[in-house]
Amino acid sequence: MDIFWTILIGLLTSAGITVIVTISALFVAVILGLALALLREFSGKAWIRVAVDAYCELFRNIPALTHLFIIYFGLASLGLRIASVPAAILGLGLIGAAITCDIYRGGYASLKRGQTEAALAVGLTPWQTIMLILTPQALRVSLPPLGNYALQLMKDTSIVSAIAAPEIMFQARSMVTSSFQTTLIYATAAVIYLVLSFPLAVLVRRLETHFGQGRA
Amino acid sequence: MTSTPLLSVRGLRKSFANLDILKGIDFDVAAGEKIALIGPSGSGKSTCLRCVNYLEQPTAGEIFLDGTRVGVSTAPTARAMSNRQLAPQRAQMGMVFQSFNLWPHLPVRENVAIAARMVQGLSRAEADALAEAMLAKVHMEHKCDAKPEQLSGGQQQRVAIARALAQRPKLMLFDEPTSALDPELVAEVLSVIHELADEGRTMLLVTHEIAFAREVADRIFFLDGGVISEQGPARDILANPNTDRLRSFLRQLAH
Repeated sequence: MDIFWTILIGLLTSAGITVIVTISALFVAVILGLALALLREFSGKAWIRVAVDAYCELFRNIPALTHLFIIYFGLASLGLRIASVPAAILGLGLIGAAITCDIYRGGYASLKRGQTEAALAVGLTPWQTIMLILTPQALRVSLPPLGNYALQLMKDTSIVSAIAAPEIMFQARSMVTSSFQTTLIYATAAVIYLVLSFPLAVLVRRLETHFGQGRA
Repeated sequence: MTSTPLLSVRGLRKSFANLDILKGIDFDVAAGEKIALIGPSGSGKSTCLRCVNYLEQPTAGEIFLDGTRVGVSTAPTARAMSNRQLAPQRAQMGMVFQSFNLWPHLPVRENVAIAARMVQGLSRAEADALAEAMLAKVHMEHKCDAKPEQLSGGQQQRVAIARALAQRPKLMLFDEPTSALDPELVAEVLSVIHELADEGRTMLLVTHEIAFAREVADRIFFLDGGVISEQGPARDILANPNTDRLRSFLRQLAH
């Protein structure tokens, strides 16, 4: 029994890192993705559209692990050393921005043209129209897919163990090598992930019924 | 007319790709005058209306509101305005759309008040008071806190009219305001527009409701093939159409 508590406490401590990496990367992704989507949709400049599209393709079509290795090992070999947790947040955040940018763009695309026209017709400027009329509506449409992305992100933080960020799976692996309690350790890790993700999943389902598609 | 007309349209043309929708429209509207634009679908009446506040950029021609050129800055050289530059000019013209276009994320009061704060610079209390007064005008004051989706089409359109009125516009533009409504909801919207007409507001109204046009409009323009093919005082033009085109158009509507 003692050994179980040692395992549980060890893994729970590292769950803190999982939560920190998830929340921080989510923050980066949600903000940067919105900035990218706004630039993409409303700058009116072709080169900006191309640049944003290139960013999204680059980050979505290369495995996350590759990006993490480039940021953590690649930059270090160029003399820019980033600690594993910030590197994990940066990597997952940059990848996430490409994903959330697409989500927001879908949100904007779902709005009818009349929304913009009515806003311009009452004398709102384009900036006011984007901020007061279009973006609040696009965000509502985007919330359920953003929730899904957050859930996916939380599970994907397990790959940052590969750059030695001491989150749940990293901790689990190092505990396995010293104690050989393979099954117990990984099963406990699984339960911890479940405890973290289940409330999030419930929240996402709520968002989906509340802001379900078709309601702009 | 001796005084400057409130609205002047000169040589207005609009083409989409290779399709000429408007082929040269000229007219003046005096302050307080009510004009109905009628005509078959595709004749360009909505496009004409949308060119007045530059939701459509004219291919050629000039629009003057109260003597000021719309959509083009004249000094130092003539240049098309951006949407940002157009905002203060558009604010002087209230527009009511066929599909209402209320903002679904905002309660009714805020739909009406938001531009009053953002454009006219009113305080929240002033803007809310203005919104409630305008909603009372369209008999919707009891729905201030409702969301647009909770309203019928006729109610939504009345809120949209209140939103336009809150701009304290010089000119009201109505783009087929009852065409998207269920038949039993048309009357409530027309009666609100009628009340506004009786207040002496200047209005430009695109409509298929000929009986309503006869009742409310001072003059009727019949658009056909991108030009005003016939115009005159409402009763004359409808009672004694000069052209076969208008005659057959009116006959079709009667059915």
